[in-house]
Amino acid sequence: MSKVTYLRKLDVKCGTIEMSHGGGGRAMSQLVEELFMKYFDNELLRQQNDQASFAVPAGRMVMATDAHVISPLFFPGGDIGSLSIHGTINDVAMAGAKPLYLAAAFVIEEGFPLSDLERVVASMAKVSKTAGVPVVTGDTKVVERGNADGLYITTTGVGVVPEGIQLSGDLAKAGDHVILSGAIGNHGMAILSQRQNLSFSTSIESDSAALHTLVEEMLKASSNIRCLRDATRGGLAAVLNEWAQQSEVGFTIDEQQIPVHEQVAGACELLGLDPLYVANEGKLVAVVPADESAAVLNAMHNHPLGQEAAIIGEVVNDARRFVSMQTRYGGTRMVDWLTAEQLPRIC
Amino acid sequence: MKYIDDFRDRDLIDKLIQSIHRDVQTDKQYRLMEFCGGHTHSLYRYGLLELLPDNIKMIHGPGCPVCVLPRGRLDNAIVLAEHPDVILCSYGDMLRVPASGKKTLLKARAEGGDVRMVYSTTDALQVARDNPDKQVVFFAVGFETTTPPTASVLKIVEQQEIKNFSVFCNHVLTPPAMRGILAQDDVTIDGFVGPGHVSTVIGRDAYGFAARDYGKPVVVSGFEPLDLLRGIQLLVRQLNEGRSEVENEYSRAVTDTGNTVAQQLMDEVFSLREQFEWRGLGMIPGSALQISDAYADYDAEKRFNTPPVSSSDHNACECAAILCGRKRPEDCKVFGTACTPENPLGSCMVSSEGACAAYYTYGRHQKRIAS
Repeated sequence: MSKVTYLRKLDVKCGTIEMSHGGGGRAMSQLVEELFMKYFDNELLRQQNDQASFAVPAGRMVMATDAHVISPLFFPGGDIGSLSIHGTINDVAMAGAKPLYLAAAFVIEEGFPLSDLERVVASMAKVSKTAGVPVVTGDTKVVERGNADGLYITTTGVGVVPEGIQLSGDLAKAGDHVILSGAIGNHGMAILSQRQNLSFSTSIESDSAALHTLVEEMLKASSNIRCLRDATRGGLAAVLNEWAQQSEVGFTIDEQQIPVHEQVAGACELLGLDPLYVANEGKLVAVVPADESAAVLNAMHNHPLGQEAAIIGEVVNDARRFVSMQTRYGGTRMVDWLTAEQLPRIC
Repeated sequence: MKYIDDFRDRDLIDKLIQSIHRDVQTDKQYRLMEFCGGHTHSLYRYGLLELLPDNIKMIHGPGCPVCVLPRGRLDNAIVLAEHPDVILCSYGDMLRVPASGKKTLLKARAEGGDVRMVYSTTDALQVARDNPDKQVVFFAVGFETTTPPTASVLKIVEQQEIKNFSVFCNHVLTPPAMRGILAQDDVTIDGFVGPGHVSTVIGRDAYGFAARDYGKPVVVSGFEPLDLLRGIQLLVRQLNEGRSEVENEYSRAVTDTGNTVAQQLMDEVFSLREQFEWRGLGMIPGSALQISDAYADYDAEKRFNTPPVSSSDHNACECAAILCGRKRPEDCKVFGTACTPENPLGSCMVSSEGACAAYYTYGRHQKRIAS
């Protein structure tokens, strides 16, 4: 197939996005070829169709989608691109599924620097390749200056759940253990440290990561894991409260078992935030039958993303569906379900 | 010293709790008011209440400036925000407070008003510098802790003649509010845990009147678990020994006379209002500040002719009784049903430091029967 030739190469260094880049014509085609396809490059994408067609292994399919409106676009430990890939891989993985393919749609503001777009796309391609989950189809729209705040990305992912695995938020039972995969609050505080009116100097980085291989190891250790969820917006507290409602149970957790890095704890104290509610992008929570939690925990400790994993509490019978916590001092407090997110535009 | 870790040391806290249990006399009731909303929040958040002996009753005071701001003043702020040329800068905790007609500053923003969240008065000044063609109004709320920063920014604004900045002043004062509570007929408070950060400004000596004129001991305390427990212990010991003195547990931050520079600044920039309406408590004389004549040009109330607006609370609301310690949150018929943090009917539910909000968010899993 002969390649299309363009009068001039895309000026990625100094150029900006123009309305024509979303117009469906030659300009858009050039942007797709010289930027998106250059970085995402795979066989399905090279077919240059509006869709990707692939065979699926037998089993239950899983599909998940996320819109990403994070501000700022670039932050310590990641960017909107890496976040979007990790986020959707994780949503698929939380069903116990092996993520297979991703789609990515871009809404770009007129005037957005091509160098920034390249940076985002290169980042997406890098994490996608590392995770082994390719971006096989996408879409590009451009909106007038003043809209889209630079860049919004929507990613959709599909995967297949192996036989015998049934994970769902309504399966938690009294007596089950709750496992947290690692220290909480890093992503939210990394983002906050970059916000203009709040900047404080810190080395906190986002924990954005693809969790599918960790999930794979956990499922090998136990095929009876009841619930899995990544603790994004609303933090650990949101996950437990959601499950309490879905499973009609209560949770009690132990503050002393919940890992929080010193810098994150300090930053939260400074700003009056509770780490339990701060967003994460590379942490999961699991509900596991009590007699299998040690095996699952062991498997997690042997994976790079689960080294700080801990059993943090258990499921209890509670018609009120409360989540309560034993504090560091031997007292108890509720971990209530907040109405709204403490921090906007966190993912 | 790592202040957070060291003042949260589990061993020390265990020992202190055991010591308090030994100190209390079994036939005595200790009814202690923690005036400050931040203290209420700490007590619930760290789960300290259930660790105290049963005969120590903590009564939650009105030291939550968001909670005690009368609804009419918030109505004024919303009207300012809706002005096409105004950018209203506000602390975050005011944004969701419902005013008349269930309006909030956040809703006003969604409907086109320019409302910006700031962490300090200095942030608001920067907004004014960045937007020279807009009028920036800083919605000043708070006890004595936040008053000096407002004063210092007003001084800068006056010196540099920054014409597009003004302050809508709702600063309130702690000692008059304490007097207001103590002056009531059926006061059932034996002693006060004195506010922490307010006291860094006004000093330990500002509470002398409570001990002298009303015979009530006061212990100024910090916010960490060790601070609060130690403050409570010192009050218990004073009551056991029949003393009524002002003690300072928070000596690492609070001095006897406080921050005199801040006090002078406040005296220069503000003057006392004759009286001010406190939500839940009614009119308290000499309890609030207005901008002084010397700085009148930067008074948003004068610049925008804000009218006085009075408003009353919901019929079923028990905030007035709760704020004076006569009732507990769970005594209120609408607590947790019609009145929740998402839909607050009264001031105590409105801010995370309000007694009802703190109990609802952290404590309602242990429903206690009111005694």
